[in-house]
Formats: sequence, structure tokens, C-alpha cells
Amino acid sequence: MSTADPEALSQARSEAVVDSDSLSCPVPRSGHDTIQMGHGSGGRMSAELLSGTFLAAFTSAELAALGDAAVVDTPGGRLAFTTDAYVVTPRFFPGGDIGRLAVSGTINDLAMMGAKPLYLAAAFILEEGLPIEDLRRIVASAAATCKEAGVPLVAGDTKVVDRGSGDGVYITTSGVGIVPAGIEIGPDRARPGDVVIVSGAIGDHGIAVMSVREGIEFSGDLASDAAPLHILVAGLLEAAPGVRCLRDPTRGGLASTVNELAGASKVCIELDEAAIPVHAPVRGACELLGLDPMYVANEGKLVAIVDSSEAGAALEALRSNPLGREAAVIGRVTQGPAGMVSLRTAAGSSRIVDLLAGEQLPRIC
Amino acid sequence: MKYLEEFRDPKAVRELAVRIAAKATRPWVLMEICGGQTHTIVKQGLDRLLPESVEFVHGPGCPVCVTPLEQIDRAIAIARRPEVTFCSFGDMLRVPGSDTDLLEVKSAGGDVRIVYSPLDALALAQKRPDRQVVFFAVGFETTAPANAMAVAQAKRLGVENFSVLVSHVLVPPAILTLLASPTNRVQAFLAAGHVCTVMGYTEYEPIAAKYHVPIVVTGFEPTDILEGVLAAVTQLEEGRAEVENAYARSVTRQGNQPAQSLIREVFQVTDRKWRGLGSIPSSGLSLSEAYRDFDAELRFDVLDVRAEEPAACRAGEVLMGTLRPNACEAFGTLCTPEHPLGAPMVSSEGACAAYYRYGRTAPGGTAP
Amino acid sequence: MCLGIPGRVVEKHEQEGLLMGVVDFGGVRRTACLAYLPEIEIGEYTIIHAGFGISRLDEDEARQTLELLAELGEAEALAQVDVNDRGEVVSPAVGAEGRQAGV
Repeated sequence: MSTADPEALSQARSEAVVDSDSLSCPVPRSGHDTIQMGHGSGGRMSAELLSGTFLAAFTSAELAALGDAAVVDTPGGRLAFTTDAYVVTPRFFPGGDIGRLAVSGTINDLAMMGAKPLYLAAAFILEEGLPIEDLRRIVASAAATCKEAGVPLVAGDTKVVDRGSGDGVYITTSGVGIVPAGIEIGPDRARPGDVVIVSGAIGDHGIAVMSVREGIEFSGDLASDAAPLHILVAGLLEAAPGVRCLRDPTRGGLASTVNELAGASKVCIELDEAAIPVHAPVRGACELLGLDPMYVANEGKLVAIVDSSEAGAALEALRSNPLGREAAVIGRVTQGPAGMVSLRTAAGSSRIVDLLAGEQLPRIC
Repeated sequence: MKYLEEFRDPKAVRELAVRIAAKATRPWVLMEICGGQTHTIVKQGLDRLLPESVEFVHGPGCPVCVTPLEQIDRAIAIARRPEVTFCSFGDMLRVPGSDTDLLEVKSAGGDVRIVYSPLDALALAQKRPDRQVVFFAVGFETTAPANAMAVAQAKRLGVENFSVLVSHVLVPPAILTLLASPTNRVQAFLAAGHVCTVMGYTEYEPIAAKYHVPIVVTGFEPTDILEGVLAAVTQLEEGRAEVENAYARSVTRQGNQPAQSLIREVFQVTDRKWRGLGSIPSSGLSLSEAYRDFDAELRFDVLDVRAEEPAACRAGEVLMGTLRPNACEAFGTLCTPEHPLGAPMVSSEGACAAYYRYGRTAPGGTAP
Repeated sequence: MCLGIPGRVVEKHEQEGLLMGVVDFGGVRRTACLAYLPEIEIGEYTIIHAGFGISRLDEDEARQTLELLAELGEAEALAQVDVNDRGEVVSPAVGAEGRQAGV
């Protein structure tokens, strides 16, 4: 073709409409179904993912500003600062998903120190091949949980790893909050005579996740209890400002948490088996799998140790919140060997409640 | 849960303990041979509710604990193979072999999976014809019907990439071995309720007669176990030695006939080594001739496996009931659930694990 | 291996030549193989082990045992205080444990 012929050139140009599918040079297509390595490269695909998925759901001004860091005002006071990682699989389960879990869990870490949560940050590590629809659902769920809690996500990051290097999606988070003056909560503050309270039925989350795990599927009225607890805690602290210990019984369950508190406070704790609330389907699933509900994870419950004089007020405050409707006194801190947790069975005998060695495996025997 | 939780009624449990105390005028030694019963007894502290005169000795009732070391090593060898998807009940994953366990094989990249039923493993084999799916068929007679059905189905449907590594054991030969031992102190047995649900209890009648020991078929909930104890103590006090059924809501004298029939077809009785106890004749099951194609031991050529137990492990004595877990020198020191020397410290039904977990760490069985 | 749990059969169907069912355990449901209980009816209870029904729970026997347990429970409630032959007060919950505690 002669470059001297303008008409021929113009015709050639109009014929040369880019058909990207047939190109051998790798200009990326837009409109992907799954995460590609390009989404993590920092270029156009990353920007599309950011605006189309993350910014569409998380609506804080700080995030929209797209700075390298969020700059925020804080009221001043003691800063509570936490970090967490979420790797749960399967990523969707009855009652929740990894997104809701990440937001609730981070807020709860702050709440357990008595802090008012202020801001969250999250980094998403995405595996090449993750369906973008899954990511959208997770992000939407996380954003909805932020909104429900009134705690915005102000900073974020995304990376993509090769197929086979991740498990679909991992989320790491950080959160900050302010602990009001006068609040002194810590795992080492329990004393003999104190009362142990749980905010509701145990085992819901772990069983819900297990119910959709391959090889063990079962169905029933099961739902994860994942929920942000900071409002519940605020109500509790207003009624019982002398709360000594707060902890959410996540992995390892109630038994592990109570052991941690007994160990940190160097006290003996005695639990009352009949008083520990467990929903019937969770009980059924635990019987079926040979699991002990005391070791099953919770994501929307707290354990509180309070002075006996405040126990009544604490219980009432918890029960007045829907998330604490089934709150119950489950034990006492006693004089006894430091760090020991025992359980009085319904029949009147007692046994030690120990920390687990490794993961609780479903037993057949 | 219906037909389960009512049998835990604490008032009835306490009253049964009172009646047992009233009935026992002399010391008696009872043994249960069932991991599930051991678990309930230790977890619910039932032995502590009993009068001192009635002593519980825990028998070799945990099939995980008695699976021979060689079989664990074979399982590990098979699971390591890249083409194998190794399926097992959860309990087996932490049992120590000669130098490692299945959980470590998994963390090193082996495809090891927990299943709830052998049919799940079969379904996996059907879904993944590119994999060799092996199921670790461990258990007493209770689990034999499930394993038999999986193998029979595999043959019927032509699922050639499925095989089983068999380590089944039978209860009556173990009782005979215990009774024949010169150090035996056991005077009455609680027979495992679900083993008998499958097999019935006719096999126990000649044993009771020959050795003059009461054998009471017992369930698993606290009231079931104490009812079994009360029945056994009553027989002992009255000088009787009969097979009695204290779990009649599930057990009949003849047991489940269709299950027994398929077990007889798919399996044959064989001599078996019990970990810690040695070889007991005619005490195990292996695949019968017609089903030998599904035998993982033959398919994967792992017959030559040498196994060595750690010297400090006294599991055998614990399993025979002659040594209390917390009287073993290694208990709680060299041997803990995190670093078990032997199987009874690993399995949730093992006597050592139960003692450790529920606080029987001081000698004499009292909590610190 | 003994963990057998009672559940109620809520549905039966055939799958690849095997009788299967859905069993309800206090609100949780799971599929199980009912091939060894060819005569079990919907609404009846079965003991499930490793995904298989191994017996049909005899509800009459269960009821009898429960009645007996109820009687025991009442007896316990009445006998809050008991006296042994040495004239010492012995409460019902005292077993070896209580004696060790010096009660």
C-alpha cells in the first residue's frame, strides 16, 4: 500500500478496527468473569476493579480520595489498635461470609477492650481465577456490615497471587478505636468471687461453617452469629462500668477463652454445664459429629467477667440488646489452683476443661 | 435431642449411683470395652460418682488405639503417593506411626481427607476417576456394616479406583484374651451397645458361662452406663453370670441380620495384631476372596512395613486395664496429647487422652 | 467405634440401588444409608453410625426405660438426706469423690 495515496490510507485506517480477540499482542480485554494477574498489577485493570467493585460498595470519603493513606480526625485519648486475618473456607456459609466476618471480627477486637471503634482498613489477597461475582458479594457484605456498625472502611489494598497460591480470598484488616477514660478492661483482672457471663448461645458460627464443608454436609436451622458487638458492649459498660474482662470466644471456642482468662488472671474458674446456652440444632450437629460445643468458634458472642455486685445490671443490659438476648451467668471465679477451669456437670460431678491440643476433629467413636 | 438427652437426667444419674452403692457389699472390678463408653465415664465423672467398692477398669475399646502400628505405617505410605486421595475418620489422623502421622502427611502435601462415612469416600472415587481413592476401614463390628456396604457398592458399580485399607477388630476374642490372662482382675463386663446392635449378643453367652462373668450389654449415655453397672453389680452380688441386655431400645439378641449377612460376604475372620496387646487369633476382619481386588494393601504393595514402638509407651497395659493412665511414668511428661507416644493418648476415646483432658493428672485419679 | 446417634427418619429414597434417607437430629438433617433397615418407616427413629442406620429404635423399650428413670429421679428428689449404717448423714451425690473430700 502506498503511503502517498491519502484515500487508500484513510480506507485502510477505517478497516483496521481493532478486533482485540484476534490480536496476538496481549491488550487485555475488559469485562472479566474471574480475577486475573492483571487486576493486581496497578494498571487499568486494577483501577477498574477498584472502582467497579470496592469503591462502588465502600463509600467513605477517605477511600474515594484514593490517597496512599487515609488521614482522619480522632477525638484523642487512648488509641486501641488491632489487626486480624481472615482465611475462612468455604467463603460463604449460612448466616454470613468472609466479608462480614472480617468487619465484625475486627470491630469486636476493639470492642473487647471497651473501645469505640472508629475506622477500619482492609487488604484483600485474591487468587487468580476467583470469580468476580464472589468478590462482589463479599465486598457488598463487608460494606453492609460497616454501614450496620457505623464504622467506615477508610483504607484498603488489593493484591493478586497466582492460581494455587491462595485459597480464593484472604482478608487482612486493621482497626482503630478510642477507649474512653475510666474504662480498664484486661484479661488479667478477674478476681475470686467474680461472675462469668456469656452473651448468648455458643457454637453457632463453627457449626454453620462446618455444615457446608465438603464431606460433612448437613442442613438445618443453622446460621453463623457473626456480628459487630460494639453497641452491645457500650450498653454493658454503661450499666456495669466495672467490667473486669471481656473477650470474644472465636477459635477454640468458649473453653479456650475461659482458659485464657483464667491463665492471664491467675485464677480458678468454675463453669456450670447446665447454664451454658446452646441452640438445639447446634447441639444436634455436635452430637452427630462428636464435637464439644465448648470448643466450637463463635463470632458474635462475648464472655464477660464482672464483679458479683454488677452481675445483675450486666445481665439486664446484655439481654436488652437483640445480640445479647440469651445472655446467661455460666460460672464463677473461685479460690482454687491458678489457671484451672473446671466444669460442674448436671449430675453433680466435676471435670477439668482443658485447652485443646490442635484442632478439634469430628470423632466417630 | 429426643431419645438422647433424656438419658442424661442428672437426678436419675445420682439415684442410680446411690442404688449401686446400696447394692455393692464388697469390692467389684468392672470393665467396659468401648471407647464411647470410656469417654462418657471419664467426661461425666461417672466413676467418681460410684462408691469406692465398685472399680472401673477401661478396656481396649478404642479401635483407633488398637490399630497395629504396621497398619498406620501402611496408611502413611499409601497416603504419601501422589495419585492417592486418602480418606479416613477424623480420629485416625493424629495417631502416631513409627515416625510421623497422617496429619503431617497432609501438611506435607498429601491428599488426606476426613470423611464421616465410607460412602462419602466412594462418592469421591466416582467423582474423581483420575484419583486412587483409599478409605481407612478401621473399627469394631459397629463400623463393619458401613465398610462392607461401601466395598459391595464399589464392586457392584464397578468403581475400580476405590480401595480400602482394612483394620477391623472383633470384641469377643479380646474379652477371651483378657479373661485368660493371669493378671486379670475383671469380674464383669459392660458390652458395647452398638457393637451388639449389629452383632446381637449370642457370642457372649458361652463366654459368660465358661468364665462365670456377668456381661451386660450397655448403652452410652450416663443413665445407660449406670444401669449397666447396677445390673452387673446385682448379678455379682447374687452370684449369677448371665448375658443381660440393658440397652434394649437398640439391641436385640440376634442383632441386625442384613448387616451380619453382608459382613460375612465381604469380610472373613482373620488373626489380627492389636497394638499394645499382640496378636489375638481370629480377632479381626479382612476382605474375603471375592472382594480382594479392593484391598489397598495388595493394590499398593505396601506389605513389607516394619514398625517400632517407642520403648517408653505402655499402651498395652493401659488397654488391658492393668495400668491406670496416670500411673504411667510417661503420662503428662514425655507423653501428652501434643506429643503422644502411643495411640491411647491421641484418640478422643483413648483412656490416656480422656484422663489427661478431663484432669485426672494426679495418680489415684483425682483432679489437682 | 461407637458413636451412634438416634434420629428420626423424615424421608426415604433410592440412590444407585441403595435405600437412603434423610434423618433429623433435633433440627439438623443429614443423609444416611438405610439399606440395613429395609422395613423402617418415616417418622420412626433409628441409630445412625458412620452414615448408616444400624437399628430401629424400639420406642416401647425406650419409653419403659424413661419411665424407670423418671421414678429414679423422683426418688432422688425425695431422698435429699440419707443416713448410712454408721449414723452419718450421707447425701445422694456423695460417691468416692465426696468421701475423699471428707464429707
